[in-house]
Amino acid sequence: MKHESAEGHVSGRATYTDEQRPPTGMLSVFPVQAPHAHARILALDASAALRVAGVHAVLTAADVPGENDTGPIIHDEPLIPRDTVQFFGQAVAWVVADDERIAELAARQVEVRYEALPACLTIAQAIAERRFHLPPARVASGDAAAALARAPHRVAGEVDCGGQDHFYLETQASWVEIDGDGTVHVTSSTQHPTETQIIVARVLGIPANRVVCRCLRMGGGFGGKETQANPYAAIAALAAWKSKRPVRIKLRRGLDMQLTGKRHPFHARYEVGFDDDGNLLALVVQLYADGGWSVDLSPPVLMRAMVHVDNAYFIRDVEITGLICRTNLASNTAFRGFGGPQGMLVGEDIVDRVARHLGLAPHVVRERNFYRAGETPDRNTTHYGQPVVDNHLPELWRQLVTNSAHDARRREIARWNAAHPHAKRGLAITPVKFGISFNKTEYNQAGALVHVYTDGSVQVNHGGTEMGQGLHTKILGVAQRVLGVTRLRVMPTSTDKVPNTSATAASSGSDLNGQAVKAACDTLLTRLAPLAAELLAGDPTDVVFANDEVFLRERPQSRMTFGELACAAHAARISLSATGYYRTPGLSWSPKTGKGHPFYYYAFGAAVSEVEVCGFTGVHRLLRTDILHDVGESLNETIDRGQIEGGFVQGMGWLTCEELRWNETGRLLTDAPSTYKIPTLGEVPEHLQVDLFRRSEPPTTHVIFHSKGVGEPPLMLALSVREALRDAVAAFGDSPAHVPLASPSTPEAIHAAIEYVRAHPRVRDAERA
Amino acid sequence: MKLTVNGSVHEIDAPSDIPLLWALRDLLGLTGTKFGCGVAQCGACTVHVDGHPLRSCVTPASAVEGKDITTIEGLGAKRAHAVQRAWAELDVVQCGYCQSGQIMAAAALLAVTPAPTDADIDAAMSGNLCRCGTYPRIRAAVHRAAELAKGEQA
Repeated sequence: MKHESAEGHVSGRATYTDEQRPPTGMLSVFPVQAPHAHARILALDASAALRVAGVHAVLTAADVPGENDTGPIIHDEPLIPRDTVQFFGQAVAWVVADDERIAELAARQVEVRYEALPACLTIAQAIAERRFHLPPARVASGDAAAALARAPHRVAGEVDCGGQDHFYLETQASWVEIDGDGTVHVTSSTQHPTETQIIVARVLGIPANRVVCRCLRMGGGFGGKETQANPYAAIAALAAWKSKRPVRIKLRRGLDMQLTGKRHPFHARYEVGFDDDGNLLALVVQLYADGGWSVDLSPPVLMRAMVHVDNAYFIRDVEITGLICRTNLASNTAFRGFGGPQGMLVGEDIVDRVARHLGLAPHVVRERNFYRAGETPDRNTTHYGQPVVDNHLPELWRQLVTNSAHDARRREIARWNAAHPHAKRGLAITPVKFGISFNKTEYNQAGALVHVYTDGSVQVNHGGTEMGQGLHTKILGVAQRVLGVTRLRVMPTSTDKVPNTSATAASSGSDLNGQAVKAACDTLLTRLAPLAAELLAGDPTDVVFANDEVFLRERPQSRMTFGELACAAHAARISLSATGYYRTPGLSWSPKTGKGHPFYYYAFGAAVSEVEVCGFTGVHRLLRTDILHDVGESLNETIDRGQIEGGFVQGMGWLTCEELRWNETGRLLTDAPSTYKIPTLGEVPEHLQVDLFRRSEPPTTHVIFHSKGVGEPPLMLALSVREALRDAVAAFGDSPAHVPLASPSTPEAIHAAIEYVRAHPRVRDAERA
Repeated sequence: MKLTVNGSVHEIDAPSDIPLLWALRDLLGLTGTKFGCGVAQCGACTVHVDGHPLRSCVTPASAVEGKDITTIEGLGAKRAHAVQRAWAELDVVQCGYCQSGQIMAAAALLAVTPAPTDADIDAAMSGNLCRCGTYPRIRAAVHRAAELAKGEQA
């Protein structure tokens, strides 16, 4: 099945939030931004701005009729700050005007007096000053301290990784119009229309049933519109409330980058214990996530990092603790992988450290430590107590090693490196094991509403949002498969059609919403089959729905169109509309104990990447990547391959070229594509092979049509690029026992790593003695 | 000021420094051309002016008065352009937001280089960002479009 909006997209007709037909009298908004990372607001004078022709209002905290807060978990996030600025550029007021240009000019006329306060701008400073959101989180199994003490080898270290701007091509956007009955109609580029609805209602102080939130489609989300669409919808709603006019907001790129949170930067401290063969015996890790100024989604992001530090590796005695640093920066948030990538980056750093410490090949140590089912004693249970259900990874890994000619290429690269003193190639294979489901059990539910009309055409509504991941196309495929009809449409997501939905996130959108749609379609068939049987003079169990027709399996010549059946059903007073509901079975999670069964299943994958690094500049080229990824029985191979390719490219950006920089006052310096570099066409590997893994055994879980989620897991395949870079860097030295490599691995970082390995040759046992 | 867009002349009432992008989107209702960055660095706003690709977000509308402006809506007005057909055939699009710019850049490339190499494509299109990472398919689709276009001429 093709992309449901393919024609619209290639002709420019596909409609996003800011491309609807504007209603008469629509206004725009623009923020007044604070020039301090932390400050007290002493006075705000908007009188000059209000005198500007075309200005309708200047919104401040005093204008909020309801609760001045947009926090999704903890109410610590004022929509407009009343007295304290918490990050550089924070909006302390919003001008509402006839158009954005007027609003921007008037915003400069708003006079604000501040008293600057000391700001906390880094993880290191937050740790030193003990500035944390919430108490520490802990996930542990066994007795890590005792196991460390017993281990033949111990190594301690630190790892840092940078954040990542979402850089969705469509910035945050919302349109709000309040109708004559007082219903607040919000159209938002949001991954979570229900939460946007709830927060708009909260801010306006009205019941949720007076707010309808729709999402047409998003020009990219990547987690950046899971919670952070809400404040801008709320500002537009507040402006509409105050001005009694329709209001649009569409952040400019610079504003979007300054105001919205990013992937969390992390700092990790670890100590690992292992034996002579590189078997991991004990691991203690402290993770520090930069949460920014408010809590937002930091607790579940941190928790997902904590339960992915293990990646694919079994360690019996583990202790992971995590803290969220409270800095004066934009509030960091969900980003594809949701902490998993940061946790896995730390885990892979540790495994590489162990391998090089022992002088073993990293890929050998990786494979040696895999979770494996069916071994005694058990080595297939994670540190949070969940077995790695349907663990295909060892088999997948072996296939990729073979298909990518990994071993032969390693030998070839060693020869190449011996002949090239100023350039080195590196090769690495890394695994991905990624838990699928929201950690928070209550999010794992979904609803759907399916209408059949009397001509046999069908409207499908579900709670998921389309952001380019192909959800609507997959949902159409599900409905088509169940109902046997082709005249289907997926409607824009809307909270008055399907209420109380979860965010479209956690790689669970197709399963949750697909199951709900399937349930609704099954209900319709249960109602329609007896009537069809009666009309075709057969048995209800014998009725087949296929190709827009309905017939008897035994007597296929007895048939009618689906439209004729729908018409007959209406005449017979049979309801042609059904809701569907689904909740993922078997989930449990206790954040207090850090134990449970938070994931319904795991997605697996592995990638082999080969790079070439210039010893003079640290500049690298990605020569080749081979990916083998497990999507189960794909709902749509074209979409899934696109997700794998795109996720890999995005992960590669995070790990190599995307670097966020702030100045000493906390101002984001990299707030445009001219200073913040995301991957371009030229950075895609010259050779990129993506294959889908075919399971040898059927799954024990019942994901929709035996598929698997594919939104997030491929992003972490890019860790193969990071480890290949490390491998190339190591080749500039003399079998270094440690190759510290900063992330993102920009040319500067790679060059520094080369300098390090050149200065730190391996101390061999003979020399030690 | 008068703008010739997709073959039609439009009289617009706007300051002379209004960027072409906003004239197209807000005054003419042609929203297929997108705002991505506002500083000519992402390519989402690419249109053709006298057949050449141009970043409409930094081009004053007054600078292109009297020239032939083509937007995504006009590219395949009569029949879908080979690039559009290739794009649909290979299912290039994910979120779609950058894609009208990608398509305009690809069409401009093929107009001067009917059979581009990978290096030609990289050189011509590295300024068009796609955050979904559809790049492998963009490369393939440009090649496919070249084939389709060649087939039409034969």
